[in-house]
Amino acid sequence: MSSKSKRQPAGGRGLLTDRFGPYGGRYVPETLIPALDELAAAFEAAWEDDSFRADLDRLLREHAGRPSALTRAERLGRELGGVDVYLKREDLNHTGAHKINNTLGQALLARRMGKRRLIAETGAGQHGVATATAAALFGMECCIYMGERDMARQALNVFRMELLGAEVRAVGAGSRTLKDATSEAIRDWVTNVGETHYIIGSVVGPAPYPCLVREFQTVIGREARQQMLATVGLPDAVFACVGGGSNAIGIFHGFMGDAGTELVGVEAAGAGLDTGLHSASLARGKAGVLHGSLSYLLQDDAGQVSEAHSVSAGLDYPGVGPEHAFLKDQGLSRYESVSDDEALESFRTLSRLEGIIPALEPSHALAQLGKEAERWRGRKVLVCLSGRGDKDVAEVARLERGGRAQGEGEER
Amino acid sequence: MPNGQSRNSIALTFERLQASKRRAFIPYITAGHPDPQVALDVLTMLADEGADVLELGVPFSDPIADGPTIQRATWQAIEKGVDIGRVIAWTAEFSAQRDTPIVLFSYLNPVLRYGPERFLQDARDAGAAGILITDLPVDADPELERRLSAGGLDLIRLVAPTTPRVRAVRIAEAAQGFIYYISRTGVTGERERLRQGLREDVETLRSVTDLPIAVGFGISNADQARAVAEIADGVVVGSALVRKLEEDGLSSARALAREIRTAIDAAL
Repeated sequence: MSSKSKRQPAGGRGLLTDRFGPYGGRYVPETLIPALDELAAAFEAAWEDDSFRADLDRLLREHAGRPSALTRAERLGRELGGVDVYLKREDLNHTGAHKINNTLGQALLARRMGKRRLIAETGAGQHGVATATAAALFGMECCIYMGERDMARQALNVFRMELLGAEVRAVGAGSRTLKDATSEAIRDWVTNVGETHYIIGSVVGPAPYPCLVREFQTVIGREARQQMLATVGLPDAVFACVGGGSNAIGIFHGFMGDAGTELVGVEAAGAGLDTGLHSASLARGKAGVLHGSLSYLLQDDAGQVSEAHSVSAGLDYPGVGPEHAFLKDQGLSRYESVSDDEALESFRTLSRLEGIIPALEPSHALAQLGKEAERWRGRKVLVCLSGRGDKDVAEVARLERGGRAQGEGEER
Repeated sequence: MPNGQSRNSIALTFERLQASKRRAFIPYITAGHPDPQVALDVLTMLADEGADVLELGVPFSDPIADGPTIQRATWQAIEKGVDIGRVIAWTAEFSAQRDTPIVLFSYLNPVLRYGPERFLQDARDAGAAGILITDLPVDADPELERRLSAGGLDLIRLVAPTTPRVRAVRIAEAAQGFIYYISRTGVTGERERLRQGLREDVETLRSVTDLPIAVGFGISNADQARAVAEIADGVVVGSALVRKLEEDGLSSARALAREIRTAIDAAL
């Protein structure tokens, strides 16, 4: 999957790189440095080990239900004026999103490292559920950190995690959402680093996490590329939503070597980029350090991290994966942003036209495609449908009844 | 007194202490907590109670290395408008009156936002003696670390219980002023007892460095301070003081500082 191309981010040593240009790094307390070294070494060894890869492939096939389908969205394409639209159906995975690709991989790695306990952060609960699922499968202890505010409005996912045997710990600090749940998970890891593996849910955090999560998510792009080639050929563009950015990195990497395929990442513009209520770190953030890496970051003039806002829980994070920061600066992929209202409209459109209720996160990718549809008429476009919308229907129903968006700080 | 002698004031402080066979009392407080109006009073109180070095925390919204007490103090300070600029201003005011060296203790992001060069310049002009960046471990960002350690302030580095010996050697090479040894894995905060094996770890660290070694994280009372003073050159007390300041105010924090100073001096 490391196809050689001018679009391949420059890497230091082999599989894992600490930096993407200036971004990434390991800005963490000293206590964690040996654990990150251990993790990087364990991952590199596992990745070279055929039996690890075989175990992972089998888990993805038999537990997660991979490969995920590629679906031609004919009626949507017609609605867009004649765009040939394909959906990579990560929504069909077990637990309902691409998150399971990463949690199965990391849990398998943690077991190989002799860890007996898994921890994770979650917003609305998708990554928490996927982590709890992997922990149950491997018989490992599991603790999920979740902001109090998110727990209140995502009670069903809390119950789901508990059913799976995980302990869900409420985080009452700070904004009581994803950002703070992530900080608390890091604090747990600093404290229990010997026996515990921290499963970060996106291509964020200190090295080697952004690379590690990427490698577990590139299965999306690898499959999608093969599926496209086997049917209609390479797409002219790939659209994916970007919060932390793991589904986007996962699908983009399948097409990094394809100069004719444009890569488009879509951030959440929330109530609008100029309202201050958004999650568009790449569009409006400035380089800064949060949760162990340097990337674009929503922050104030004093360097305090701002709260992110989006109707979509999964995009609601003030940072973004460092590789996206690099891809943006190099012009290797293009980043746009889409408002809550635009995403909600696409949410409804896909449901009505294709019989697929998408999650609000990929609804942003669909909305961006809609905004530039004219440009893609008569051409092939691939959209990463990173998750299904079951988790969002209650929120959308509330919005339709005229309720206020409860958007801040949910899933990543 | 701003400028001038601050460069070596940490080294001079430890030399003076060693000559009189005493150990350093190093309080940590979050700047501007519990209230910006008493920021200077808190520093002066700690100096009066015999602090040898002051660690002055710059508040950051996402303090991943800190436990609940310092998190709370941090957010209160931010809400009351405390930022790097004000912390530096208090440093200048304090240093105009007192000699106690100040180490500015920060997470990296506020420093990056302020501008590393400007931060160094302003901190130096204010009379600060050192800086400590919690989330900038040795070799994480060599170019930035080079700039920060060449800026006329001691760049204090941390060693953790998880740090392998070969890395401890590397950290000792890079360290300036003193080495801050983290007494246990985990975040800041009070603990009932010290970790087994702390003495051995400090002795091991001593075999790779000539710099003074201060121990912090979890040291909450006079007994623990005394025990740490038996094995290290300096004792860092943070959360316990911060909690006293929050719950009972300045006089109560003063009483704790006095107890700890006395306990440290009773160690040898």
